[in-house]
Amino acid sequence: MIELDGVGRSFTVRGKTGRLRRDTRVVHAVRDLSFEVAAGEFVGYLGPNGAGKSTTIKMLTGILTPTSGRIQVAGLDPSRRRTTLARRIGVVFGQRTMLWWDLPLKDSFTLIRHLYKVDQVKHRKRLAELVDVLDLGGFLDKPVRQLSLGQRMRGDIAAALLHDPPVLVLDEPTIGLDVVSKAAVRDFLRGLNAERGTTVLLTTHDLGDIERLCRRVMLIDHGSLAFDGTVAELRATAPDGASIEEVVTRLYTRAVRS
Amino acid sequence: MIEMVRGYALLAAIWIRASAQYPVSMALLTAGSFLVTSLDIAAIAVIFTHTGSLGGFTLPEVMFLYGTSGISFALADLLFGNVDRLGQHIKAGTFDAMLIRPVSPFVQIAVERFTFQRLGRTAQAGTVLAIALTRLHVPWQRAWMIPLMVLCGIVLFTAAWTLSGAIQFLLTDAAEVGHAFTYGGGQLTQYPLSVYGSDLVRAVTFIVPLAFVNWQPGLFVLDHPDPMGLPYWLRFLGPVAALTLACVAAFAWRAGLRRYRSTGS
Repeated sequence: MIELDGVGRSFTVRGKTGRLRRDTRVVHAVRDLSFEVAAGEFVGYLGPNGAGKSTTIKMLTGILTPTSGRIQVAGLDPSRRRTTLARRIGVVFGQRTMLWWDLPLKDSFTLIRHLYKVDQVKHRKRLAELVDVLDLGGFLDKPVRQLSLGQRMRGDIAAALLHDPPVLVLDEPTIGLDVVSKAAVRDFLRGLNAERGTTVLLTTHDLGDIERLCRRVMLIDHGSLAFDGTVAELRATAPDGASIEEVVTRLYTRAVRS
Repeated sequence: MIEMVRGYALLAAIWIRASAQYPVSMALLTAGSFLVTSLDIAAIAVIFTHTGSLGGFTLPEVMFLYGTSGISFALADLLFGNVDRLGQHIKAGTFDAMLIRPVSPFVQIAVERFTFQRLGRTAQAGTVLAIALTRLHVPWQRAWMIPLMVLCGIVLFTAAWTLSGAIQFLLTDAAEVGHAFTYGGGQLTQYPLSVYGSDLVRAVTFIVPLAFVNWQPGLFVLDHPDPMGLPYWLRFLGPVAALTLACVAAFAWRAGLRRYRSTGS
């Protein structure tokens, strides 16, 4: 479903060094990254801040064009076929909403129905399901700017799934959520993957997400893959009895030193 | 292309419905924009109380040039003026949201918060043009140019806005540079170009083709000799200039999109 082959993305950064002198530096956000995610998988994508997680997500969705390598998502090259891919992929960014700030949630959903040309009957059915499972009923008429973070996140997830995409990509969907909201989001994602077979790739700093949701974990550091395996294999990299936090801390710091 | 028009119409309808929830505000803003732009024409009227001609043109002729440029500018602004908010969208991260939708981001950014309040300006320019035409009695052998020149003007201003947006892919805060050509161009073409220096007229004829918004085709409609003495055939070059600038703008936008860097997080 998702294939990356030797993908790299670099940014040129210009910085002032003297009063007039400027120097240009090339920063490799992602370098030579290759992995595959099969249909129906639930994959966690871990890495310290600045490791290249969001850059990867943005390349998968076609927002950023990779500087090298080849990407295929749902059979398409994201940067070249971005608008076609949009119909086959759902995207959630936890840090910022993809909804329209001043429109009521309900209007945002109608707008999305038109943008994605979802058939009216199908849309009603899907929306009713999502409203029910994500418990959106209480705030459908409120403008997005008035929603709490937990409500907004559930709204964003619903918005990403209205066109029923086979792939869902989430960038830190549980960031800043309280325990109850977090559990609601996790339950929903688990159900989505199990019942509809939706392929899910999610980045997170919350190791609870990984333990409770992901069968497979990928760890990226300094722009390249440092670990790829099951949660059990991840645990096996540390001595017995270590908590998942300790295991991941070991991996992060080890990757930094090497 | 048809896809883009359809997407635009759909989104525009939803934004209009959203703003129609505040009908008083909508009416006041429309009236306000009509009144504020009317000050422009008041200024021109004041000038003519002191002099019989401006740059070799009579009051109805100046009103004609003002009206055609004003309609082009106002309609281009109504439909695509938002494109130069690209920098703000990039900074706020909302441009990423447009990129994950199955509709061209150009359409999405242009239609954002679409309202009819900018029609106030179109109405004002249209009124001025109508008054000018009743006084000018342009024969139809020359009047056919009027709808064509308004259309070319819309394309030229739209291209200017697109270029102004495209620059912001590289320089996020460059909106003001773009304004020099968009709002600046709108202001510049309100008056006969003969009131400006001949170097400026050459620049807006051959480099930034703003002279083709209303000046060159306007000389044809008014059957007026060119005060700058430029060749007669330039008067028919509006569509060529519009098409050329539109292609340059489209190319710049695409190139910018491929270089888009997004923002952190």
